[in-house]
Order: sequence, then C-alpha cells, then structure tokens
Amino acid sequence: MTILLIFTILILISISMWQISKMFELSQTNVNTTEIADDKDNDYQGKLMFAFLVFIYLLTLFSFYQWGDVLLPKAASDHGDLYDSLMWSTFAVIFFVQTITQALLHYFAYKYRGEKNKKAFFLADNDRLEAIWTIIPMIVLAGLILFGLYTWTDIMTVEENEDAMIVELYAQQYNWKARYAGNDGVLGDANVRFLNDFDGKNLVGIDATDPNGLDDVVVQELHLPVGREIIFKMRSQDVLHSAYMPHFRAQMNCVPGMITEFAFTPIMTTEQMRQTPEMIAKVKKINKIRAKNSEELVLKGEEPLEPYIFDYILLCNKICGASHYNMQMKIIVETEDKFKKWMSNQQTFAQFIQ
Amino acid sequence: MSTAVTTEEEVHEHHHKETFITKYIFSQDHKMIAKQYLITGLFMGIIGIAMSLLFRVQLAWPEQSFKIFEVFLGKWAPEGVMDPNVYLALVTIHGTIMVFFVLTAGLSGTFSNLLIPLQIGARDMASGLLNMIAYWLFFLSSVLMIASLFVEAGPAAAGWTIYPPLSALPQAQPGSGLGMTLWLVSMAIFVASSLLGSLNYIVTVINLRTKGMSFSRLPLTIWAFFITAIIGVVSFPVLLSAALLLIMDRSFGTSFFLSDIFIQGEVLHYQGGSPVLYEHLFWFLGHPEVYIVLLPALGITSEVIATNARKPIFGYRAMVASILAIAFLSTIVWGHHMFISGMNPFLGSVFTFTTLLIAIPSAVKAFNYITTLWKGNLQLNPAMLFSIALVSTFISGGLTGIILGDSTLDINVHDTYFVVAHFHLVMGISALYGLFAGVYHWFPKMFKRMMNKNLGYIHFWITAVGAYGVFFPMHFIGMAGLPRRYYTNTAFPYFDDIADINIVISIFAFIAGAAQIIFLYNFIHSIYYGKETTQNPWKSTTLEWTAPIEHMHGNWDGEIPHVYRWAYDYSKPGKKDDYVPQTVPLEKGEEELQH
Repeated sequence: MTILLIFTILILISISMWQISKMFELSQTNVNTTEIADDKDNDYQGKLMFAFLVFIYLLTLFSFYQWGDVLLPKAASDHGDLYDSLMWSTFAVIFFVQTITQALLHYFAYKYRGEKNKKAFFLADNDRLEAIWTIIPMIVLAGLILFGLYTWTDIMTVEENEDAMIVELYAQQYNWKARYAGNDGVLGDANVRFLNDFDGKNLVGIDATDPNGLDDVVVQELHLPVGREIIFKMRSQDVLHSAYMPHFRAQMNCVPGMITEFAFTPIMTTEQMRQTPEMIAKVKKINKIRAKNSEELVLKGEEPLEPYIFDYILLCNKICGASHYNMQMKIIVETEDKFKKWMSNQQTFAQFIQ
Repeated sequence: MSTAVTTEEEVHEHHHKETFITKYIFSQDHKMIAKQYLITGLFMGIIGIAMSLLFRVQLAWPEQSFKIFEVFLGKWAPEGVMDPNVYLALVTIHGTIMVFFVLTAGLSGTFSNLLIPLQIGARDMASGLLNMIAYWLFFLSSVLMIASLFVEAGPAAAGWTIYPPLSALPQAQPGSGLGMTLWLVSMAIFVASSLLGSLNYIVTVINLRTKGMSFSRLPLTIWAFFITAIIGVVSFPVLLSAALLLIMDRSFGTSFFLSDIFIQGEVLHYQGGSPVLYEHLFWFLGHPEVYIVLLPALGITSEVIATNARKPIFGYRAMVASILAIAFLSTIVWGHHMFISGMNPFLGSVFTFTTLLIAIPSAVKAFNYITTLWKGNLQLNPAMLFSIALVSTFISGGLTGIILGDSTLDINVHDTYFVVAHFHLVMGISALYGLFAGVYHWFPKMFKRMMNKNLGYIHFWITAVGAYGVFFPMHFIGMAGLPRRYYTNTAFPYFDDIADINIVISIFAFIAGAAQIIFLYNFIHSIYYGKETTQNPWKSTTLEWTAPIEHMHGNWDGEIPHVYRWAYDYSKPGKKDDYVPQTVPLEKGEEELQH
C-alpha cells in the first residue's frame, strides 16, 4: 500500500512540475514575445550571470569556513611535509587561476550583454595575446611538473637499508592482514595454493617448506615502530584492493598474482597524534555529532554509539565487492620499545600451525 | 564531392517510396537518425540521473529505511534498506549509461549526425545505410543494458571500469554473473555502433564538403566532431579487445587478466595473467573517451558562443590546433589512471609529464572563449548561458586535474571523492551543458519549432546552481580521504564529521534533478506546440540555416550552396548586418579575415 502511495506521490510531483511549467508557459502567451533573447532578457540574464559569480565565490568561502577543517589531515610520515607543500603550492596556483578566470568570464557576460543597436567589436585573432597565454601556463606547468617529478622519485624510490623493516600487507574480501618477517628479517615464500594447508590455519599462504617463513608473524592489527622505514609488500588473494593510509600519504594497489611495494617512515606515534590540537578539536567535533546521534538511537531503544578515539586507519580504496566500505585495519604507531614488547607476544607461523 | 550530389530525380524518387517505417524507424536520413539518437540518449539520461538520485539518498542518510527504495529496488532493498551490492550496481550502471549512452551516443551521435552534412553542405552522410545500422546497434546495446537491470542476481556492479578479477568472477560478487555478461555484450555492440558512426563521420567530412568548404573554413563544430571520430576509431577497438579477452577469461577459462586466485575456499586454475594488463587496455580507451565526450561539447560551445556573442570565435587557428593537440595527447596519457596500480614508478613520471601538458591546449581554449566574450554583443539565449556555464565548469573541473594528473598528489586523492568531483565537473557537467546548449540552439533545425526561452532560463539557473552545489563540496570529502564507491562512511567514525556535507550535496542533487523535468516538458511540448521558427532564428552564418525549414531528403532544394568565406564573419566592419553567411561571395577587394 505504501509502495503505491510513494509511486502516486512521485507521479504527482512530476505532474505538478509539469503543470507548473505549463502554467508558466501559458501565462506568457498573451505577451507578444519571441523565443529569442531580446534586450530585456539580455539585461536580466547578464545581471544574473554576475550574481552567479558572486554565488561561486560565496560557495567557495562558505565551504572553506564550514568544512575547511576536514581537508588533508596532518601528515604522519616523513614524506608527508613534502607532499603537503606540493599540494598547497598547486592549490595556490589553482585558486589564483580559478578566481581570475571565473571573474573575467562572468563579468564579461554581464558587461557585454547585448543591446539591439550595439555592434560587437570584430576581433578574430591576436598572435601576441595567444602566445602569452600559451607560454605562461607552460612555464607554470613546467615548474609544477619538475616539483612533482622530484617528489615522486623521492617517495617511490625504495632504499633497502639495514634499519628498514619489511611488512607484508595481505588483502582479501573483506579484511586485511599483516605479516612481519620475524627474527631473520626475510619474508618466507607464499602463494595462494598453500591457503588450505593446516586446516586453514595458513592465513596468508606461507610456503611451509621455506625456512624463512617459519618465524613470520601474521596479525590482524598493524603495529609500526616510529622513526623506522617500513617497506610494505602488498598482496591480494582474490580481487584488486588498494591499501590506502591517508595520514601517511600512502597508497598502493594490491594485485592478485603480483607483489607491489610502497615505503614510508612514520614520524608520529598514535599517542602523539592524539595530542595535536587539530586532532583534539576533530575528535571533540566528532564526539559531539556521535552524542547527538546516540540520543536518537536511545530514543529508538537501541544501543548508543561508543565515543570516538583517534587511531590511524588503513582503508580499502579499490572497489572489491559488497563490504568494500568496511574493509579496514587499525594502525598503531608506537615507540620501538613498545613495538618490540608487542612483537614478542605474537605467535610465529611455526607456533601457530602446531 | 560528386558522389554527394544526388540528382533531382533521385530526390524525388526517395520521396515517393517513403512509408512510415522508412521515414520514422529504419530511416537513412541523417536528420531523422539524429533525432533518434537524441531521444534514445535522453531516455537513457533519465534512467542514469534517476539512479544517481537513488544512491544520493543512501549516501546522505545511510542505512536508513526508505520506502522509495522498496518501490524501485524491490527485493534488493529488503524493508527499504538498500543492499550494498545494489548500491555498487547503481553507481556502475549510472557511470556506464552517462558516459557511453548519454554523453557519447546521445551527444556526439545526435549532433554529428545532424550537423556534419548540414554544415559542410552535403546531401546526407557518406553511407546512409551504415548510419542507420549504427543507430540500431546503439539501440540494441541500450536494450541489453536496460535488460541487465532485470537479471536475477542483479546487473554489473564492479564499477564502470569493470576491473577484473572482480568483474571476472561470479564468486566475487553477484553482479559478476549474467549481469556482467550482458554488460560486456552490450558494450561490444556499442563499440561496433560507435565505430560505424565514426567511420561515416570521417569519410563524410573528408569527401563530401561542398564547393569552397576547405578545411580552414570548417566551423569548429565540424572540426570537433571530425577529430572526435578519429579518436574513437583509434581507441574504441582497444576496449572491444579488452571486453573480448575478459569474456574469454570468464567463459572459456583463459588467464589473460587472472592469476593466483583463492576465493570462497578454493584455488582457481588461473595462472600468469595480470589485471594491470586489463587496466592498460581499458584506459587506452577510457582516457580518450573523456575527450570523445568533451570535444563535441566544446565544438558546440564554440559555435553557440560565436553566434550569440555576434563575434568571430577568437583565434580560430589556435582553437583547431588545440583540438588537435588535445586529441593527440589524449592517446598517450592513459597511465595517469594507474599511478598506484603497481606499474613501474618511472612510467608514472612519463604519464605525469604528458598529462600536465594537456593543460596547455585546454588553457588556450578557455582563454579564447573568454576573449570571444570580450566586447561582444551577447545575446543571452538559453543555449548561450549553457555554453558560458560550460566554460565555467570546464575551468573549475580542469584545474583540479592538475592535482590528479600529478603522480605524487594522486597518491592521496586517488579514487577518493576528489576524483568524483573532478571528472563530474570537467567532463560530466560540461558535456551535459554542451548537450543542452546544442538542443536549445538546434531545436528549430530539428523540429521546426522553438523551445520556450523562459522555461529554458529557469532550467538553466536551477541546473547551474545545483551542479556547483553538488560537486564543489564534494572536493572537501575527497581531500578528507573518503574513498569513492563506499556504500556508507559510517563504518569509519573518523568520517562522522563529513555527514552534513553529504546531506548538502544530496539536497542540491535533488533540486538539480527535479529541474530536468522542466527541460523535458519544454522539449516535448515544444515539439508539438512551440512557436514556429524562422529559417535562421539566431542569425547564424553557417550552412545549416540556409536549408529550408521543412526537412527533405538531400537537405537543399536544388543545388547545394557554395561557400565563399569562413564560418565566423560576425560584426565584420563595413557590413550592414552583423553577420555574413558563408554562402555570400566576397565583395570586390574584401579580404577574408581569416589568416
């Protein structure tokens, strides 16, 4: 019954829009107008064009005022600052160009709105002008390209040093696992063929005949020591996934049948990040929203939401199926000591399959 | 050229043989085929937009129960709560329909067919039969795509890019069963249709131009359609090959794109393939595709802006050169969709370089449009408003491309809502504005009547405000790090503070969506009851307005007009009128002010 009602309402809304359009149209027929813009239309529409420019500016200002705090969270990796400075300098260029060109476009539309007896200024070409606005973008872009390529090489060149720690990120529909190399510092060979070994206890398909794999540690929560370079090796067992860690300005796809790579050094522990003023403000804001939502839930007789505490997150950022939206892993960045203590409590692969 | 000149007797003969079926259904007349493309495209557009409104409801008020879901989604929305698989199916089919069926076939198919013969002075397309087949293949692929919505397990749901293995394995998601098969078959037929159409456009422009219509006198619309057709011929076959290989992987056990897969407790037999190969093949079409969508819109805009500014388009040669540059560059930038796909980072550097180069011809186009407005005598018809707004969204959306085209910056915004905001503005909304501008401008040519201008104004302003209202705030969600194609962001309390942005976006989307009903009313009503048009309502210089209002086979009664000047003699000094049609010979001593 309600379905019928909704259908009726939708149809009625469409019909009323239709009828409003029709009424509007009929109300004009007695005036002897054409369907071609006349001076009155030009005047009116030209002014609206100028108003639209104001709308664009106001929308921009409003958005930054209202939502500016959600933009690009504070970076927590060593290349984060470089990334952010490239981002904001690109943004500066974009804003400058956007502000000027939108102003010219809409102002001209307003200023040169047509009049019956006016004639347009015949201007077909001007080589000098065109050279100017070919060359200036070229120079600006050359700068951005060079800056971009420098950062790209800096971020993507993985230098294997003694200090670096190798961690495997393992993706499957719809969760993440991490594998640490253990005492030998070498990840054992692995393949999806081994997943069914040991009654399914071989969670990421480690080759049990490879001695390097026996001391590997497989976990569901990613712990990272602060200040040490982490080299991630990504694998996926079923479909494409993407390991996205926005706070570390890091992302790489996980591709079945292939190992991909991304490296960064975390420079702020979870605890440190929680203490930054930005994060305190953000958590406060979120908890206010959650408290409000909880009130509604309680009224409906449901459980209230837990208060939010900040943690770094790893998200899946490549469409992977129904629960793509909930494929996540908590990342904990901690001091070297705490990390070692945590690691010593984990079972190795050899212990786990016993 | 001689092949185009059908003799009088032949024209006459055609006229007698016409029945209802040959005139309205299996027509070989380019004007009728253009109308068929337009109406099919608009119909698909209604479906595509309606889908987006449905998932905007879900995104603004996630996981809540809505009766409207039950109405449209039935068993896929048990108790009015949308199923996550259906959410993915909706975004997938929305993308596919809007990109291919509305903005490729609906836009390019309509106006290439209508304008190429009329603006170059030809009796019809080089092959009317191929043209008819192209339309009916498009129709067939549309029917298959719609049919896939009614499949038991649901339509394709792997995103419009249908990356394998997700799209290859029915175990991975329900949409990858029969729904995906229909999607692939539909697209294969679509590619065939698009190729037939494109070949026809290319041959027609090269061979059938009337006397005096040199390439340097072609209107920019024709340049845009011509180059678009060439990009289509170069890149669409690659999509076809990707689709065929994927069909083989799915149905015949090959391993082009699949390797080492374990799903639902079993190891599959695939060995040695790579999904990255698919990504290369897909984006080799996928990126040129955005220009296949955008260039015709820019062509239409050039024509509408020049006509309504009563000024020649500024820098005709630069405009042609930038179309050529964009077309060339568009085929060597596909890798910027794959910076973090696992391909060699060095390739990322190369693609960053080529991608950012596209900003240069794009900037030239934007500046030239702005200069065309300068000191013009702007006739602000609805078509003109849409064209100006196109330039505005082209700039706003294009600029964020500088961020996404930069491999470094792409790391953190790749596949977030920032990307969604970017491409919707630069190719979605811009191309849609191009379509609207074209419809308002050439409606008199197609239907012999005018559309109501005041309804056009209302339609324009609601749409323009709505489009910015939807896509500007979306950049913020993306910069905050929210991935696209998320059914809801409630699984991450971290994103709780963007919930209100999603509500604002959805409200703007509903308003803009509702405004399209005004357009539909205006369109349908004007076909039957619009004011009758004069032969050249916009006082335009191009050839299509020299053809009689009443449609006829062969377009012109008697001889095809000859062309003596370029298409942009607006407000030429020393002339009484503010436009000189291309058919008017140069006066003694008059220079053709077009270098």
